Amino acid sequence: MNEPAVSMRDISKTFGTVVANDKVWLDIYRGEVLALLGENGSGKTTLMNMLSGIYYPDSGQITVDGREVSIRSPKDAFDLGIGMIHQHFKLVDVLTAAENIILGLPGKGRLDMKAVAAKIRSICDLYGFDIDPNQKIYDMSVSQKQTVEIVKVLYRGADILILDEPTAVLTPQETDKLFNVLRNMRNDNKAVVIITHKLHEVEEISDRVAVLRHGAFVGDMLTKDTTPSEMTNMMVGHPVSLNIVRPEPENPRPRLTVEGLTVRDADGIVRLDHVSFTANSGEILGIAGVSGSGQKELLEAIAGLQHVESGSITYLDDQKGPESLIGKNPLEISRMGVTLSFVPEDRLGMGLVGAMDLTDNMLLRSFRKGRSLFADRKTPHRLAERVVHDLDVNTPSIDTQVRKLSGGNVQKVLVGREISSAPTVLMTAYAVRGLDINSSYTIYDLITKQKQQGVAVIYVGEDLDVLVELCDRILVLCGGRVSGIVDGRNTSKREVGLMMTKLGGEAGK
Amino acid sequence: MTQLLQAAIIFGTVILFGAIGEIITEKSGNLNLGVPGIMYLGGIAGLVGTFFYESSCAEPNVFLCVVIALVCSITASVLGGLIYSFLTITLRANQNVTGLTLTIFGSGVANFFGGSLNKLAGGVGQISVSATSSGFCKTLPFLRNVSVFSSLGFMVYLAVALAICATLFLTKTRRGLNLRAVGENPATADAAGINVTRYKYLATCIGAAISGLGGLYYTMDYIKGTWANDGSIESLGWLAVALVIFARWKPVHAIWGSYLFGILFWVYLYIPGLSRSSMELFKALPYVVTFIVLIAVSIHKHRESNGPAALGLSYFREDR
Amino acid sequence: MNKEPFIRISRRDDLPIWKAWLIRIAAVIISLILCGIIIYGLVKLNPLKVYITMWQGAFSTEKRCWITIRDCMMLLCIGVGLAPAFRMRFWNIGAEGQILVGGIATAACMLYFKSLPTPLLLLVMLIASVTAGALWGLVPALFKARWETNETLFTLMMNYIAIQLTSFFVSKWENPYGSNSVGIINRTSQEGWFPSIFGQQYLLNVIIVMALTIGMFVYLKYSKHGYEIAVTGESERTARYIGINVRRTIIRTMLLSGGICGLAGFVAVAGASHTISTSTAGGRGFTAIIVAWLAKFNTFVMILVALLLVVLEKGAAEIASIYSLSEYASQMIEGIILFFILGSEFFINYRLIFRSKAKEVQA
Repeated sequence: MNEPAVSMRDISKTFGTVVANDKVWLDIYRGEVLALLGENGSGKTTLMNMLSGIYYPDSGQITVDGREVSIRSPKDAFDLGIGMIHQHFKLVDVLTAAENIILGLPGKGRLDMKAVAAKIRSICDLYGFDIDPNQKIYDMSVSQKQTVEIVKVLYRGADILILDEPTAVLTPQETDKLFNVLRNMRNDNKAVVIITHKLHEVEEISDRVAVLRHGAFVGDMLTKDTTPSEMTNMMVGHPVSLNIVRPEPENPRPRLTVEGLTVRDADGIVRLDHVSFTANSGEILGIAGVSGSGQKELLEAIAGLQHVESGSITYLDDQKGPESLIGKNPLEISRMGVTLSFVPEDRLGMGLVGAMDLTDNMLLRSFRKGRSLFADRKTPHRLAERVVHDLDVNTPSIDTQVRKLSGGNVQKVLVGREISSAPTVLMTAYAVRGLDINSSYTIYDLITKQKQQGVAVIYVGEDLDVLVELCDRILVLCGGRVSGIVDGRNTSKREVGLMMTKLGGEAGK
Repeated sequence: MTQLLQAAIIFGTVILFGAIGEIITEKSGNLNLGVPGIMYLGGIAGLVGTFFYESSCAEPNVFLCVVIALVCSITASVLGGLIYSFLTITLRANQNVTGLTLTIFGSGVANFFGGSLNKLAGGVGQISVSATSSGFCKTLPFLRNVSVFSSLGFMVYLAVALAICATLFLTKTRRGLNLRAVGENPATADAAGINVTRYKYLATCIGAAISGLGGLYYTMDYIKGTWANDGSIESLGWLAVALVIFARWKPVHAIWGSYLFGILFWVYLYIPGLSRSSMELFKALPYVVTFIVLIAVSIHKHRESNGPAALGLSYFREDR
Repeated sequence: MNKEPFIRISRRDDLPIWKAWLIRIAAVIISLILCGIIIYGLVKLNPLKVYITMWQGAFSTEKRCWITIRDCMMLLCIGVGLAPAFRMRFWNIGAEGQILVGGIATAACMLYFKSLPTPLLLLVMLIASVTAGALWGLVPALFKARWETNETLFTLMMNYIAIQLTSFFVSKWENPYGSNSVGIINRTSQEGWFPSIFGQQYLLNVIIVMALTIGMFVYLKYSKHGYEIAVTGESERTARYIGINVRRTIIRTMLLSGGICGLAGFVAVAGASHTISTSTAGGRGFTAIIVAWLAKFNTFVMILVALLLVVLEKGAAEIASIYSLSEYASQMIEGIILFFILGSEFFINYRLIFRSKAKEVQA
């Protein structure tokens, strides 16, 4: 085999107390597609961001073509021929594809868009892209925007390309097209790295696969020499026992039924496709899936924050009987006892107001109570004190702005408030993301207590170890569709992991 | 008709300068509500500069007068732009509040000197820079005998030329493209290796220099080298801000837009039978037209008719 | 390439309140020194004497004191009106216009309903001015709520419609004919003028505005509406999430904001100038924006800021008249001081880290 284009040696990176990468070794070769495989949060993107100049490693060496280099900015990366296509595109909407591609490049003062367009076309012809250089970005589909990003990188002379989960936003047909282009680039002796957690993609496109787990390098091998089950084992590792107490559900009764729920986002992409399930009282229903499989849309649809295209969501009240939630506003839904907490993509953007103190954040749920013109701050103040005491929130005082608290404490404040309203359905998303072990267990305890009080809990999580130990049943989403619902006590991480990446898991094969 | 057209063009030229400057500024994402203040600064600086020159020598050279006026005016306007840039870009102050303060400051400085110049210079009587004004009133030689154009000063053509140059700059050059990207999406521009801070500073200061010429044109040509504390420059400055919206951030549209504003403003003189009070209502026409454009643009939501996407927002890299 | 930037800037939000105020006061003092130097440069007058003269201009006689207070109340009233809009992050630049339409409504009542008994007439004027101002505030709010039309530019345009409307009424009510002004309305009969209380002509202005100031403080801090405004301003998404009707909040708040600015027009016409002209608002609508912003929506702090600006204005006018300079000196000084206060906020919100210091931290 030839010399590696890029070698990363002993690369470590920490953010605060979180270790994102721990002494990772990785080689990237020309004329090869490398799949970087790992679960959410295993440090794949962080590792590649250190190649593209977004982050700088705490320790370790990077060599490019045998030379030791220091990559401090995206420009340094470009100069070394490294280009990365991020998940969130960096494009200016009102400019054309060609204008975006040459943005910020040095050159003659006068723009010669014809020459630029010609060069873009020649790149497109070489690899089989299909874009119009004069089309505006806002007129483009997601896949076209991605193509512009790739061409932008190639135009700047990159021959080491990194794509961060490029298929997450594509349809199967678009994915095929992308893969053809990647193969052309490989044949042109470029190095291609694709970050993914989808096994079938690894099998389809890659020549070699490298696996990361919890920030550490697990191993790499030629794709043709491995199997999905070996890769899954490497990805999820050996089961870890967390010893989460899981009492048997008492007297479970259907509380919320969802039938054929279909949701499209603002761009018209289907986010949820005929999702059906029932959440029972006194039970924790886990939702598993790789990120962006429709978890957020599902919770928001139930909470009344997301427009539903078709399907039904029915709340089953023990006394009053069934009632549809569709068409009700968030306020009405929360008054019925359905609460949504933890949306950590945006913990402070929704659910809490960062610039307000604890009392005022408690007030968010209760300020309407009573006829008075004035908001009652005494009850929320007491509630805030209780939450701080009960959940051991580390805050200088009740009057501290929430945005000054650490992530774990912010989540405790949020969950404390949501639980205090005595919900009948409690939805949580990524409740323990970014929390230390002790805080995580506090949250698991709180959730289990709610279940024991007869609340129907919907728990969206990303750590499979936790899901299989905490939840009574687990619904697995894959690309907006229900891949299956399994019993939490009779399943394994491996089974759930396979179902996440492939509809129906092995059974659907 | 010729008269109306002439009046409209003269009126329009003042706001055209203001609007071109503001378009360039806004393209960098800075909403500078200090345009009226900058126009004041540009106007008074030109007046003060030439006033001292004219009163210091018996036979002032007209060409030199014009040069002094331009240099003083541009220097003062750029200083105004620098104050705004320093506060909003470096010190991250709120753009709206800083702009309004600049307007208060500029009108204060201009009217103070406009009103006190006589006294400060030792009581020389009426402030008037006739030589300079005569220089600014000179039209282009080959247009001297063409009816509509006969009485238009050269600044009228300078404004049109600047508008065309600004359009070419924004659409045909690399720096223009980079500038547009800064106003639309500074984070993307930053990632593409564009120095966002430098572009914002330069666009704001160059924009201020152009806006300030509007004030200079008003003082030197429109009111023939005198000063009036009647707040006209301020209202013209706000019209320039309105014109930016009307022209949908395109300098070429600002050319005909400014003349249209001029026609709308003066049209009451040509409608027979208007009472003096209803004339005042007619003067509001340019604003009404701007409203319609503003509303139409916001309802239509067509991406390119709207202003730069990051207009009015500050950009700090670490906030990403 | 390896060099660390000379100065790094990082956000800080732990500065004690007294230190923040110290920075602001320092900014005012530095700006006053700068103004002193400028004035010295212009009139060659001992700067200390300049400030004594300025102080005298504002407070030397009882009449002057009252005029200073009257103008301070006017500015405060507008600032109070703007506070709820700004708390909601709605850029109401249209106070100038809202004051004028309030003033027009007031003047109209004074002219057409002067046969009414004074208390009733004042009530009618009050209602008319508040309604006019509220309507002027409602228009941009409706478009903002429905189509997200840029409110900064919209309210700005509304000012000029209001100014032309004022010119229209001025020439309609012109008195005497040909003067191009309305003159003092009801000069002899004083119908619709604010009555003197305890012999003080402007006491009613103070009472009205102080009541509003306290009321607005309580409204923003303790009422449910105030809480809705704050949540909407901080995060529209959170507001939707907890079921606040954002559109209704925007419209309601702008009715209130415009209404109070209209009332400021009422105070200006009936309680101070007794006439209406395009300078009834006189740029105070813009100055008040800065007052409201600097006071961070706290109406009590607004009293201080408004007082500072009005005292400066009176003082500068005094200097100008003594040395027969233009009274616009006050605006120039006002601008300089505001620049400094605006700039000082940076040092309250951010901390500068110099290179050498940063290295020590790393080591």
